[in-house]
Amino acid sequence: MTATPRSGDPVITPALVAEHGLTADEFERLRAMLDREPTFTELGIISALWSEHCSYKHSRPVLKTLPTQAPYVLQGPGENAGVISIGDGLAVAFKIESHNHPSAVEPYQGAATGVGGILRDVFTMGARPIAMLNSLRFGSLDTPRVRYLVGGVVKGIGDYGNCVGIPTVAGDVMFDAAYEGNPLVNAMCVGLLREEDLIRAKAEGVGNPIIAVGARTGRDGIHGASFASEDLSDSNEAKRPRVQVGDPFTEKLLLEASLELITSGHIVAIQDMGAAGLTSSSAEMAERGDVGVTIDTLKCPVRETGMTPYEILLSESQERMLVVALKGHEDEVKKILTKWDLTAEVIGEVIADPVYRVTEGDHVVAEFPGTRLVTDCPQYHPEAHEAPEAVARRAQDVHAVPERPEEANPAWTLERLLEAPTIASKRWITTQYDSTVRTNTVAGPGAADAAVIRIRGTRKAIALKTDCNGRYVYLDPRVGGRTAVAEAARNVACTGARPMAITNCLNFGNPKKPEVFFQFREAVFGMGDACRALGTPVTGGNVSLYNENPQGAVYPTPTIGMVGLIDDVAHVTRSSFRTDGQSIVLLGDNTAELGGSEYLAWIHGVVAGAPPACDLEAERRLIDALLAAIREGRVSSAHDCSEGGLAVALAECCIADAAHPLGAQVDLTAWAALPLRALLFGEAQGRVVVSTSHPDAVVAIAAAHGVPAAVIGTVRSASAGLVITVGARTIRSDTVRLSDAFHGALPRAMKRAAADVVVQDPALVGGTR
Amino acid sequence: MKFGIVSFPGSNCDDDAVFAATETLGQPAVKLWHKSHDLEGSDVLILPGGFSYGDYLRAGAIARFSPIMQEVAAHAQRGGPVIGICNGFQIACEAGLLPGALMRNAGLQFLSMPVTIRVENIASCWTSLCTEGQCLTMPIAHGEGRYTVDAATLERVEGEGLVVFRYVDASGEATDAANVNGSLDNIAGVRNAAGNVVGLMPHPERALDSLLGSADGRVLFESVLAAVNA
Repeated sequence: MTATPRSGDPVITPALVAEHGLTADEFERLRAMLDREPTFTELGIISALWSEHCSYKHSRPVLKTLPTQAPYVLQGPGENAGVISIGDGLAVAFKIESHNHPSAVEPYQGAATGVGGILRDVFTMGARPIAMLNSLRFGSLDTPRVRYLVGGVVKGIGDYGNCVGIPTVAGDVMFDAAYEGNPLVNAMCVGLLREEDLIRAKAEGVGNPIIAVGARTGRDGIHGASFASEDLSDSNEAKRPRVQVGDPFTEKLLLEASLELITSGHIVAIQDMGAAGLTSSSAEMAERGDVGVTIDTLKCPVRETGMTPYEILLSESQERMLVVALKGHEDEVKKILTKWDLTAEVIGEVIADPVYRVTEGDHVVAEFPGTRLVTDCPQYHPEAHEAPEAVARRAQDVHAVPERPEEANPAWTLERLLEAPTIASKRWITTQYDSTVRTNTVAGPGAADAAVIRIRGTRKAIALKTDCNGRYVYLDPRVGGRTAVAEAARNVACTGARPMAITNCLNFGNPKKPEVFFQFREAVFGMGDACRALGTPVTGGNVSLYNENPQGAVYPTPTIGMVGLIDDVAHVTRSSFRTDGQSIVLLGDNTAELGGSEYLAWIHGVVAGAPPACDLEAERRLIDALLAAIREGRVSSAHDCSEGGLAVALAECCIADAAHPLGAQVDLTAWAALPLRALLFGEAQGRVVVSTSHPDAVVAIAAAHGVPAAVIGTVRSASAGLVITVGARTIRSDTVRLSDAFHGALPRAMKRAAADVVVQDPALVGGTR
Repeated sequence: MKFGIVSFPGSNCDDDAVFAATETLGQPAVKLWHKSHDLEGSDVLILPGGFSYGDYLRAGAIARFSPIMQEVAAHAQRGGPVIGICNGFQIACEAGLLPGALMRNAGLQFLSMPVTIRVENIASCWTSLCTEGQCLTMPIAHGEGRYTVDAATLERVEGEGLVVFRYVDASGEATDAANVNGSLDNIAGVRNAAGNVVGLMPHPERALDSLLGSADGRVLFESVLAAVNA
């Protein structure tokens, strides 16, 4: 059989090819593969599958350098989600994905459907979702549109996850003008499964039926739908919405039905119809199983009349799944879906012919040889060189930045930093997320350096965190990439967890620009360095390129989602000081580094200097020492030094737990030779603030691991304040003021949002999701 | 004593309610499908939290028409213990098992946080082991928890001691600041006149283990166990 055009299909012209985002060379590649002119439907299929989002055509060669192996990795990259074993026959599936572009256009639905998509990626592995995380980047809160985006994104994430009933337990949120026009919305989902229930999205078994499950297919989110809609249908809609609309209630039904299907034994494969919908799910499942498939679009359940094969194949209607069932088990599959009031229709089957075929009734509208529509995708090795501006910024002597007069009292600076939105309490955001549903949340948002979820029926728990300082990556991509992984590992270790594996979401600008591709390549190399050194393989992730607008690209932001394992919930360690009178120990060493700091950005508006060095061997030793001390019961609290440096970390240990504030008396005279602001606010890596009743034991354990450690002070009552002595200088901060700065900043900023007018400026919106 | 936990399609706290009965109390529990008319011999019913039918219209507005709700009402009529938690409270109010209604939170935001509630009345089978004035800490997680009722009914509810829980501050005072969702008279939970049906917005089933922050919810489940076995 061969595919022939439908009557009414537009003529394929170079302009139409270009509108589909294919280059002339790529179109020639398609013609060579088919050995004939493609049909309009085939052009649509290829434009989706060879898009950056589906094909990773610019990123794949670099991504292949990442380590993906460990004895406990059950599923690495290439599936809907990565899976690691945690022992006891149990496994954890997890993945992070971006929904940047939809969220920039329509923050509520954009963020909500991002949550929905990542949930489906996890439960299609046979895992029940147990936790959600979010990594968010926004511009300055001084901008009304940014406040509107923050409000919409947070509500979208909350409403979706809350309704499905998955606790949203952690994440990271940063604010910088670099994200003004392009917010980043990265959602991570973590699921739990029995190892024997692991299922892959691999089509198998000639004659097995392919079943469309869940919501009906509509015209929403059709790829390239902004162009020439009149040519595609009879409707008069001027433009179809590019952003899909989420329905968390249907998602919840789909979740329960899918898990029931997977354990029923009636199906062999299941995949989310996510980006590029039916096209990518069917082509990818066929490619993984190296089998032929045929699909009849007339059999696809639709919610609108007159939909063409092109539209049905490329629709991104939400809450849909594609299932390959065992032949003869169709009725059992339908019965399960009917119980949950969902549709299930057989739309095709696995065939012996090595082809990917789409028909409309008897008419073949698309047919590709073998699985070449996936495997023959072009790969690019773009030019890469560093932007002179980044080199110049990195070379700048930041110690020469003059102090502001108010900085004569560093307590002023500390208060200002605690109210910087990137550092300030995110409680305004996290109280909108149900973090306690499913009754396993041992440490929810803000309680520890990572979220901790217990594994019911065992003594174990998992620790989860997302991290990435895009400013570091901008100033030095290799170092920034390393630090993103190292910080995530350190955060997880502070809760008492051994870092196990990562997923990543690589948010960058246009890869065709050499300076952007340089950032991408070097950041990935840096991540690889850190993953190898820390023993945390990459099990999957997502690449989001073209996060640009006319004002420029976002900071290169390779968000890391880390999973750690705690052997015994008794070891779970929180970040705030616990008890008046305990000793404070600093693990790691202070340095003169100030480059890339939040201090420079927030207090001085300066983004410059080399970001802090990332010594991966030192990080590994620090993690080992910390875990040894925690497991010996020597650690009451542990908090890493990150944005804002040591002074901010100490303040957070005192006041982050608003219900139980404490004070501290700290002496840093040993480092009096360092520039004071570098000592207080510099962001030297590899440092953790620990409180303990056994300072000598902690210091001895650190020494045994080759980690510098020093007793730097004592926990005091809140009324004593935070007092930091450096030689002759004494810096006194009132805990009530610190607490007000830290806890009050975001509510005060967002209170202005009520009066904000929604500004939809298309010029500010660019890039892909 | 057998617990029946009603599962609406969008219930998402039904598993947690099952764990409360089985792991915490060591009692058998069964999930009751919303399309069913069979309580399967349950002695105690839990209407759990969640988003019963998506709740795009109004929380609980559709759930009250589920087949199982006829049986829940009959069970309540017979004096059988029922508790509605969060969405279950909303459904119980919509179904007329309890007085009042739940509106959008005063701040219009979904609120997820631990709160302190004070036991106002122990003449219910869910608070029989409490002491009046006892303060309990447990999580809330809701967008529509602002309790309201018309003035005449409020007089009856307050007058007859049907208010079971109020939002209070750390020192046990029913202040405005403690009234996180803007409920009328800080009301967090109410009962029916017979005392066998209780509804509340906070989640006692999420406060059964100090590892998770609080075990204060146990007393509610222990109370019903004692009441039924009495």
